[in-house]
Amino acid sequence: MSVVTRRPDYDGRVTANRLPLIAGATVAAMAAAIALVFFYAPEDADQGLSQRIFYFHVPLALTAYACFGWGAWKALRHLWKRVDGADLESYVAIHQGVIFGALTLLTGSIWARISWGVWWSWSEDQLVMFLVLFLFYCAYFMLRFSLDAGPARANICAVYALFGVVLIPISFLAIRLSKQFIHPVVFTRAGPQMTDSQFVTFCVALFAMLALFATLYSVELAGKRLDARLRELRELLA
Amino acid sequence: MSYVGDVATLARKDLLLELRAKETLPAMVIFVVASLTIFHFALPTGSGEVAAKGMLWVALVFTALLGLNRAFVAEREQGVMDALVLAPTDRSAIWAAKSIAVLAYLVAAEVVALPAFALFFSGLDGATVAAVALADIGICTVGTLLGAMAVAARARELVLPLLFLPLAIPIVVGGVGASVGEGPRFLLFLALYDAIFALVAWASFEYVVVET
Repeated sequence: MSVVTRRPDYDGRVTANRLPLIAGATVAAMAAAIALVFFYAPEDADQGLSQRIFYFHVPLALTAYACFGWGAWKALRHLWKRVDGADLESYVAIHQGVIFGALTLLTGSIWARISWGVWWSWSEDQLVMFLVLFLFYCAYFMLRFSLDAGPARANICAVYALFGVVLIPISFLAIRLSKQFIHPVVFTRAGPQMTDSQFVTFCVALFAMLALFATLYSVELAGKRLDARLRELRELLA
Repeated sequence: MSYVGDVATLARKDLLLELRAKETLPAMVIFVVASLTIFHFALPTGSGEVAAKGMLWVALVFTALLGLNRAFVAEREQGVMDALVLAPTDRSAIWAAKSIAVLAYLVAAEVVALPAFALFFSGLDGATVAAVALADIGICTVGTLLGAMAVAARARELVLPLLFLPLAIPIVVGGVGASVGEGPRFLLFLALYDAIFALVAWASFEYVVVET
């Protein structure tokens, strides 16, 4: 049996099922990332072992942003081009984004405890930013599940998802304006402030995290599509 | 009719309705004065005027929520929304008119609330008043769009605050920043917020009220 199997798509088109491929790549990349983080990346002179959480925390955060961006892109596709199924894809991407966002808050909080001695720091931009986004996208779920399924729900959720990507830069500016700044800035205009081995590890970890998102996204989407088809069939039978 | 004419007619309809039924505005005025009284007792003696100014912003945001919750209820209950969508006008005119009506209620409530705040607490300065004026625009433009979303939902009174508060965080940051000191920077930020979100809300309102 080949890894790439064929299956009919939601609209009946036959496309390659890439899930086994993506899942395999995710497992390989994640294993490589974990190996690099613990055996290859140099120990931080200041923070020691705890600094290694950076290789999970920052990729998690960037992946969460990627999820929200992808969700907004699909929302735009839904509103603009009326692409079939874009609403479901937008929802699934945002769902994944909230999960990655929750993990970002968790790892960030652990790192803050070890490195600054507090679980939560309001003067830390990124942490506050994620809290705002987290609240925003939790409201997205409340909205979605309080509307009846149909074109009206798809439209309203898409508009709200687009508001999210407008809110990201605005809140970022707001938080910057209101706080002093103690978060370590690793990426500056002069390029990343990392040694080469750290940078390689970071890139592998980021790739692994994005691949993980792609896998989870495909799995959840396949399940949701199956669910929708099953409901259609049941309605036809009834 | 021109776009401006459409907006004026729709806004006049809302204001006339409020003038006759008096459903929203009296509630907002009583709510904001009651909140300021609560905050007087919530703040321990000697917590100072900076804390009081923060509380003013909390009171204003929640008062606005009260008005926004009511904004589209009449349209929904009486089935006016379908007629408005059928009307030969740009759908964003509905949003613009409703924003103007909500802005009018909010400003009217603040005409009572700000002197009451000055009386109860520590007085007011120009920067605070300017920040309140700018924040009102942002609150009403974003809030009206979210109100139109929430009114379609089952638990509308529950959903609107959840949708609105995360989007109101930048407004509170800008407003509090402007009233406790560094004025111009924060006023500029509020103006930027107003411009960006008004544009997004204006462009996307159509999708919220039309089914396909």
